[in-house]
Amino acid sequence: MSEHAHSADLNTVPQPEHPADHPGYGTFIKVWVALLILTGCLVGVSHLGQTAAVWGLLTLTPLKAALVFYFFMHLKYEGPLLKIVVLVTLGTLLIFFALLFSDVAFR
Amino acid sequence: MTGHVHRDDFGSRLGMWLFLVTEIVLFGGLFIGYSYMRYLYPAEFHHGGSELNATLGIINTLVLLTSSLTVVLSIVAIQRAEKARAMAFLGSTLVLGLVFLVIKSFEWAAKFHHGIYPNSAHLATLPPGEQVFYGLYFTMTGLHGLHVIAGLSVLGVLLWWVATDRIRQDRYIHLENGGLYWHLVDVIWIFLLPLFYLAA
Repeated sequence: MSEHAHSADLNTVPQPEHPADHPGYGTFIKVWVALLILTGCLVGVSHLGQTAAVWGLLTLTPLKAALVFYFFMHLKYEGPLLKIVVLVTLGTLLIFFALLFSDVAFR
Repeated sequence: MTGHVHRDDFGSRLGMWLFLVTEIVLFGGLFIGYSYMRYLYPAEFHHGGSELNATLGIINTLVLLTSSLTVVLSIVAIQRAEKARAMAFLGSTLVLGLVFLVIKSFEWAAKFHHGIYPNSAHLATLPPGEQVFYGLYFTMTGLHGLHVIAGLSVLGVLLWWVATDRIRQDRYIHLENGGLYWHLVDVIWIFLLPLFYLAA
């Protein structure tokens, strides 16, 4: 960041960090429609008995969360660092989850 | 040095994401606790879920999903210098967040009316598995509700900043970060819906 000292006058003019390539309204509205459809599917499979409900929970819910993370939270448009931060966190949670149930399974 | 403005929008977003990661772990711990308890008490969780109002849970899901959409649309509007539109979108998010809280309060009031609230005498007469179910229900939806209140406070300030041009086309990192928080609140609810309201 040392070059900032040499070009301080440039920094006095606020500039958009990543111009031009912003997604428009349409992209997010499509994602929202997909989220509504997935919610409908989730409610639908919850009436098809316990097995279907659990499978719906384990597949559709993470898919909905992924859509929000990827599009609404702009992870799609971010570099690798933020993606890694999120994946490491989710991986850590999965490890805790696996450790707990590997303990439970052998009681 | 006059007028030198140091900006690091990426650093700002990274800081926000690191905070959100701690929130994910906070709720993640509760979700893991839920999974274990549901494994121990499947019948009680099934019965507990059938006592909850699934319709209200589904309506609140639609409300929060839509409020998430309007936040992200307000960012698009700011990027295009459409100030009035950005304010309308943010205002819609605030209204939808309040609708969520009103529906939530009706739902909790109905439970209280039936003598089901933390540490109530009636709750103590229920089987242990159902006590655990309601304990997790009040803890997780309550903690989520606090996040909704915090998120609405932040979004209220952001709306004011858009109105006073503190947030504008060339400078909207606060709106992005506030939006990130609101989306996380939405994601947590996405998980709460099937875990509690559709558990039956």
